[in-house]
Amino acid sequence: MLHIANLRASIAGKTILNGLDLDIAAGEVHAIMGPNGAGKSTLANVLAGRDGYVVSGEATFEGVDLLALAPEDRAAVGVFLAFQHPVEIPGVGNMYFLRSAVNVVRAKRGLPEIGAMDFLGVAKEHMARLEMDPAFLSRSVNAGFSGGEKKRNEILQMSMLEPRLAILDETDSGLDIDALRIVAQGIERLRSPDRSMLIITHHPRLLDDVRPDYVHVLSGGRIVRSGDHHLAAELEANGYTSTLAAVPA
Amino acid sequence: MSDVIEALVEREYAFGFHSDLDTDLAPKGLDEDVVRLISAKKGEPEWLLEWRLAAFCHFLTLEEPTWSNVHHPPIDYQDMHYWAAPKPKPQLASLDELDPEIRATFDKLGISLAEQERLSGVAVDAILDSVSVATTFKAKLAEAGVIFCSFSEAVREHPDLVRKYLGSVVGYRDNFFAALNSAVFSDGSFCFIPAGVRCPMELSTYFRINAAQTGQFERTLIVAEEGASVSYLEGCTAPMRDENQLHAAVVELIALDDASIKYSTVQNWYPGDADGKGGIYNFVTKRGRCAGARSKISWTQVETGSAITWKYPSVILQGDDSVGEFYSVAVTTNHQQADTGTKMIHIGRNTRSTILSKGISAGHAQNTYRGLVKILRSATGARNHTRCDSLLIGPECGAHTFPYVEVKNDTAQVEHEASTSKIGEDQLFYCRQRGLTEEDATSMIVNGFCREVFDELPMEYAVEAQALMRVSLEGAVG
Repeated sequence: MLHIANLRASIAGKTILNGLDLDIAAGEVHAIMGPNGAGKSTLANVLAGRDGYVVSGEATFEGVDLLALAPEDRAAVGVFLAFQHPVEIPGVGNMYFLRSAVNVVRAKRGLPEIGAMDFLGVAKEHMARLEMDPAFLSRSVNAGFSGGEKKRNEILQMSMLEPRLAILDETDSGLDIDALRIVAQGIERLRSPDRSMLIITHHPRLLDDVRPDYVHVLSGGRIVRSGDHHLAAELEANGYTSTLAAVPA
Repeated sequence: MSDVIEALVEREYAFGFHSDLDTDLAPKGLDEDVVRLISAKKGEPEWLLEWRLAAFCHFLTLEEPTWSNVHHPPIDYQDMHYWAAPKPKPQLASLDELDPEIRATFDKLGISLAEQERLSGVAVDAILDSVSVATTFKAKLAEAGVIFCSFSEAVREHPDLVRKYLGSVVGYRDNFFAALNSAVFSDGSFCFIPAGVRCPMELSTYFRINAAQTGQFERTLIVAEEGASVSYLEGCTAPMRDENQLHAAVVELIALDDASIKYSTVQNWYPGDADGKGGIYNFVTKRGRCAGARSKISWTQVETGSAITWKYPSVILQGDDSVGEFYSVAVTTNHQQADTGTKMIHIGRNTRSTILSKGISAGHAQNTYRGLVKILRSATGARNHTRCDSLLIGPECGAHTFPYVEVKNDTAQVEHEASTSKIGEDQLFYCRQRGLTEEDATSMIVNGFCREVFDELPMEYAVEAQALMRVSLEGAVG
């Protein structure tokens, strides 16, 4: 489903990704861990199409060359990025924003528009599960939200947009234990045979609740070790430095 | 990001057509004879001619002011027409007799003059070049005692009211352009809401410049008597021409005790082309006087057009407990310049004013907020809150803020907040990642920025304003 080969990315002359290879099949959940500066967020940004990187190599999703597409066209293909730092858009209603996004993506997939009432019903169901107050719908996108509220809002958007490839960039960072559980359950609910997920995290705790099929360690701009969820436990026990030192050069 | 910037500096102007009307034009130039000619064309009473001539004499002693933050080549006041009217001057028994070409002009602008469009529920006075060509819903308004007609008709039918209030808020000595307007004003709208009447519908004037090399000088006078209220909206467009055309209007509002006037403007004069050629010079004096206790005057403006906009809709808060408001969105792109803001003059006790200004600049445009909050010694307990937000799109544009505050009473509370932000790549990327195009994302972010001001517009115009913003900022994204 997602195929990445020899992916390289640099910004302002500095190499961040340095020949990264990764394949994620349909229905699989992969976690990427790694020390600060390893290139985790860059990988998420490059896959989603953020400006400013010089990119080479290959990244296809179901045979579609992602790197050739504008960010909005990648979204239409089904790529979703849950932002590490969700952006505030003052004056734009959360519900309006989300419905616009859902309908734009639906239109590109040849699906009919969802009316305001139907949309509201579905949104409220998802919000109840995420323990979000429905009042969030009428507030401006992320404006004045706490860190935890922003992250829940990302999961709400993901739930509504029903992506094929969900990339979660440190969605667990800055969450308290309760919020972490709610977010993890939200992610777990979206696990499905026709959806791939790439979870970027610093902390193995999230992976207790969302058990990944594979765990990869990213270091120096490439994947240096892969394993199953036991790798996350090992990292937690020993830290990156000694875990990676055990890897043959 | 650079694609957006490039796209934003280009724009399409949807109202740039010119109607082929047979026009009665005065010769170019400005002198006493022209003033007399205009007055004679309109069959005005002697007192009004005298007033015009006094204004003209005063005008001759003035120099064009240069203090604003806008730049343009000198205006040659002798090189334009001061009178242009569609021929034959319509004396209509009903709208059915309106010149079909004029009707088509307004239909094209989306302003239906046909009374069958009753459902719209908005009475319209349509002004083409120098004269009012039609006013709708007059009979229905008359039932409520509301007078809504062209200025010329008001001079004929209600001379005492006009004489009482004309120049009572903006005298001809007020400033250079007010003096010019007072000498040569050709038409405009007149509204009078008698005591205790809530005007039963929105009133609206639509200004259209059609003739070439013509200045438009109209006056609007709105009087709300004790306990009366009215909501009034003006819209403006002009054909695309390479020359600059001058629009120097005067608007006077008077609110007596407990009266309320809400005045909204959607200004979309031709802004000039992408290189800054052509466009309207919009030099307008707008002022309201809260003459009565507990009266309220609220200005809301959405300024997207004109090569240069230079105006400061103001409120004189004379009555105790009176309220003045100014809500503004000014958009400048390409080489447009705007120097706009307000003056709140607090005279009465416990007077309150609110200023909310949103300036948006793209391309090479310069956008200036200039405001004065003046609290006189008499204004015990006066309060003002001012907020000026600027949004920059691209690296070449500018935003400037000149807030002046003069407080002569210790009990006053004056607050000023200001912010300048850029449409962030972060915001754009976030929206695009969710599937919105760059164009939709920009439009959404800008509309969000303006939300609080749009919320002040009457419902149907809020939608129009959003659409207008989109056209203004995004003509050629893609």
